[in-house]
Amino acid sequence: MTDEFLPEGRAKQQWPIATPNGGGVEAAEPAAPTGELRRPKSKRVGPRTREALLAYALILPALIVFGIFVFWPFLRNIYLGMYRSPISGDGLGRYVGLDQYRTVLTSQQFFDSLIVTVKFWILTVPASIIFGIFLAVLGHRVLKGMGVYRTLFILSLATGVGVAGTIFFTLLDPNIGVVRSLGISLNPPALQSSTWALPSVAIFVIWLNVGLSFIVISAGLQNIPDDLFEAARVDGAKTLRRFFRITVPMLSPTLLFVFVVGSIFALIQSYPPIDVTTQGGPINATTTLPYLIIRTLRGTAPNQGKAAVLSVALFVVALVFTLIQLLVLERRVTYGSGSDDD
Amino acid sequence: MARVKFQAVTKRFGGSTAVNGLDFEINDQEFLVLLGPSGCGKSTALRMLAGLDTPTEGEIIIGDEIVNDLDPKDRDIAMVFQSYALYPHMSVAANIEFPLKAQKIPKEERALRVKEAAEALGMSEYLDRKPGQLSGGQRQRVALARAIVRRPRVFLMDEPLSNLDAKLRVQTRAEIVELQRRLATTTVYVTHDQTEAMTMGNRIAVMCDGELQQIGAPMEVYDRPANVFVARFIGTPPMNVVQARVAAEGETVTIEAAGGTVALSPELGACVRSHGASAIQLGVRAEDLMFADTDGIPVEVSVVEALGHDRLIICRMADGQMLTVRQRSDAPFPDVGASVRVSAAAQAVHCFDAETGTRIDA
Repeated sequence: MTDEFLPEGRAKQQWPIATPNGGGVEAAEPAAPTGELRRPKSKRVGPRTREALLAYALILPALIVFGIFVFWPFLRNIYLGMYRSPISGDGLGRYVGLDQYRTVLTSQQFFDSLIVTVKFWILTVPASIIFGIFLAVLGHRVLKGMGVYRTLFILSLATGVGVAGTIFFTLLDPNIGVVRSLGISLNPPALQSSTWALPSVAIFVIWLNVGLSFIVISAGLQNIPDDLFEAARVDGAKTLRRFFRITVPMLSPTLLFVFVVGSIFALIQSYPPIDVTTQGGPINATTTLPYLIIRTLRGTAPNQGKAAVLSVALFVVALVFTLIQLLVLERRVTYGSGSDDD
Repeated sequence: MARVKFQAVTKRFGGSTAVNGLDFEINDQEFLVLLGPSGCGKSTALRMLAGLDTPTEGEIIIGDEIVNDLDPKDRDIAMVFQSYALYPHMSVAANIEFPLKAQKIPKEERALRVKEAAEALGMSEYLDRKPGQLSGGQRQRVALARAIVRRPRVFLMDEPLSNLDAKLRVQTRAEIVELQRRLATTTVYVTHDQTEAMTMGNRIAVMCDGELQQIGAPMEVYDRPANVFVARFIGTPPMNVVQARVAAEGETVTIEAAGGTVALSPELGACVRSHGASAIQLGVRAEDLMFADTDGIPVEVSVVEALGHDRLIICRMADGQMLTVRQRSDAPFPDVGASVRVSAAAQAVHCFDAETGTRIDA
């Protein structure tokens, strides 16, 4: 490091040569400064400051993008929630402070949509992960044609929600769908039943999500050394024991990731699949919070202020969910083991 | 406690043969070392014995059972992996206990046996730690403890020392031997390190290209290698093996190489004569070569390596083949570039077939 500050050509000759190891590292620490050995001070900023400046410079582009597209809109949104929109939907409306937050967040409509959101989360997230693990474990085996099989299971990832929704809608169609040809007759049809609409959409979403959890969990499985499974086999552990004592604990960091990301998706990105299937119906049975937000913003009586309040609420819900997951589950990721069970 | 037997065992992966007609027996309580370079099939042989791979042909017998179709868990064996394969999410105690739990052994007995195994390997203080908090040597001990806690019929060890530093390796080597003698459990130990093989095994089975080359006590394999491969694989530096010609004059048979001659013992001479070939491979261990004034093979000293107690003098023969002479450091040695002659006592000379490399024996 010091070398670069020395005048070129002269520097190296002035160091004592022929240290026992002959390595450059030793050469950098002279035993006794002989002759005119000097250590010029840099006149400008020191290396530490330079490193810090470089770090900020590298962060800056991301910071600008996030600032413009995330932080500023987020703060602006909180501010918008303090204005009650006019009936016409034009303009900012009247400033009402936190009053609008109070009325919207205590409304039955908000409460109902929150319940639907949580139900939707319960129906989709665990199932996506369980199916993902199941398929990944199957796909991890070395069998003929496994590539084809793996491709099939990630196809849902490459399918747009609109296309998938159309397929799904057709499958569930009471007149021409597969459900009917299977001999199952639902009356009213699944997507029009207030009991079955949400589970039906959930199945659709699980199908959409399973490709992603399959890929991520497969990658996690690849990272577990084969030795561990072989050791467990020699140690006498049967399939189930190996799964619960080796596979699951070793996958726990991956599972935490899939769970947290899947939860955020389920909470905040439920608009498209609901929009292409039930449009929130019947009678709000599938109106999740994100769906309510967009309907409030774009529906027959657009209400920007109310939508802003709901968005802030959605953010808080997602944040709280994520924090709880990290706090509760991350501990298990670190300590998850089969040490003191039975 | 059990004998282990490989009967004409072959393992093919697709088109390639990893193990070919492996046929040998391991005695009860014996420490057998499977030795060979990487890719020689020794690990595959061990994995077949463990039940992690299935033989394509042949039978593997443990005790009086053919175990080909038995699951690893039903073979009553314990294995130490090269990577140790400790369960990283479990404590040391849980790692050692794992095989006992799988066997559904009652809790009190499990605790007792874990304690015993940990004590035997000096790991009692570390029972609550995770493998990630241990050094390489300590992890290795946990892996050994996990193996002995089961009291299996056979121990299988797959290069268990290869991840340790040189000093620790020497120490652990002796400890494993001591442990095996104490437990008197049949052990199959795979390594590519001939020093480990020489120092640890009751017998060594040398493998190359999926085939068994020789099986025997360490000194037997060292003194009477079955072929050129074994001769050069065992011993440091490897045995000198050079191309040479047979020169028979009446009763005496001598070997000519690069303008020099080496005499054979009458017994070996007779064998070489009856072997009939005019070209052979001549083998002499480095420590059996000595500098001579008149007879022997003329060489030029190329490099001198001081090893401390010993010195290696690497010489070039007139036809370009190399010979290594090993002698004590206090012995006089020629300078680099000097032209000297090297020879060997008649009883220290080995002869191998020029083409197959098989030993021509007295």
